[in-house]
Amino acid sequence: MSRDWPLWEVFIRSKGGLSHKHVGSIHAPDAELAVRHARDVYTRRMEGVSLWVVRSSDIVASDPEQAGPMFEPAESKIYRHPTFYDIPDVVTHI
Amino acid sequence: MAPSLPTVQPDDVTMAEKAPHGGSFDAGNAIAPQPALFDYLLRLGDDSLILGQRLTEWCGHAPALEIDLSLANIGLDLIGQATLFLNLAGEIEDQRRDGDKLAFHRDVLAFRNCLLVEQPNGDFAQTIARQFLFSTVQLGLFEGLARSSEPRIAEIAAKAVKEVRYHADLSADWVIRLGDGTEESCRRMTEGLDWFWRFVDEMFDVDDVERSLIEAGIACDRGSLRVAFDARVQQVLRDASLSLPEYPRAVRGGRVGHHSEHLGHLLATMQFLPRTYPDAVW
Repeated sequence: MSRDWPLWEVFIRSKGGLSHKHVGSIHAPDAELAVRHARDVYTRRMEGVSLWVVRSSDIVASDPEQAGPMFEPAESKIYRHPTFYDIPDVVTHI
Repeated sequence: MAPSLPTVQPDDVTMAEKAPHGGSFDAGNAIAPQPALFDYLLRLGDDSLILGQRLTEWCGHAPALEIDLSLANIGLDLIGQATLFLNLAGEIEDQRRDGDKLAFHRDVLAFRNCLLVEQPNGDFAQTIARQFLFSTVQLGLFEGLARSSEPRIAEIAAKAVKEVRYHADLSADWVIRLGDGTEESCRRMTEGLDWFWRFVDEMFDVDDVERSLIEAGIACDRGSLRVAFDARVQQVLRDASLSLPEYPRAVRGGRVGHHSEHLGHLLATMQFLPRTYPDAVW
């Protein structure tokens, strides 16, 4: 049956204030059941407080073949990293 | 540890000999009347326990991995409810029986679940029909029980009602999709609802056991839940392009221990291990 169902990517917000993170994918016949399936498969152990599902076919991805020109130019630009600041202990999730 | 094959204990034999019919199977009034609250808690706990056990039979066999987990999740929620209700029943009874003892060391005639929950799974549509009918009733029941004057029951119901709302919504979603799906899914959904419709009336029966508890504000009057149930079923069936099943003769008896043959087979599987190895621990 799942062969006939489209694939959906699942994103979970683990707690308020954090962003949704990709956790995996599921098959489902439509959007409403995709949310239910995502809930039943990925949040059985209190993993999250919010769910997104997106049709996998709706995701526009970069071309792996183009990884060189896309990402390597950033490699040598160490000055773009904000590592020269002291971050106060109370600021988390950075 | 050797398996203790026959589970008949010396006490059982003595008890059987003293019984009016020499302990013959299902003869006369073999089971002594029990306090109403104990009986009521068994009804609540056994409904959840038996349906939970039924749903676990799908584990590894469902049409898709996602559904496998959906059904197992519902089953585990129900077994969790059963644990709470049966532990409380044991406390009320005060005969040193806890939830496990009541679940695994009680015989079929002493079970108080309604007949709907013990019916075999059938196909996926039939399982969904049973779940939709049961969870829709249970949702109303637990909403009522959350206001019970017995705080321990109110507490269990308040916790469980969130689980049950999800069960009721999920199964309604599936009724709509199967009913409004292909010709085959519609046929199976119709057959599933037709089969289970005969077990619906029993879920709304109120007898003397419950009447006294309703008056005390402990139990929820099942009869009062019928109107909302009918409205919800009609709404979902309309969305599913299905018609309401025609009433076959209603079947009853589970609340007084008169079960279909299916329950015995279910218990044989469920109770085998703790009865064969009574000292086994996790």
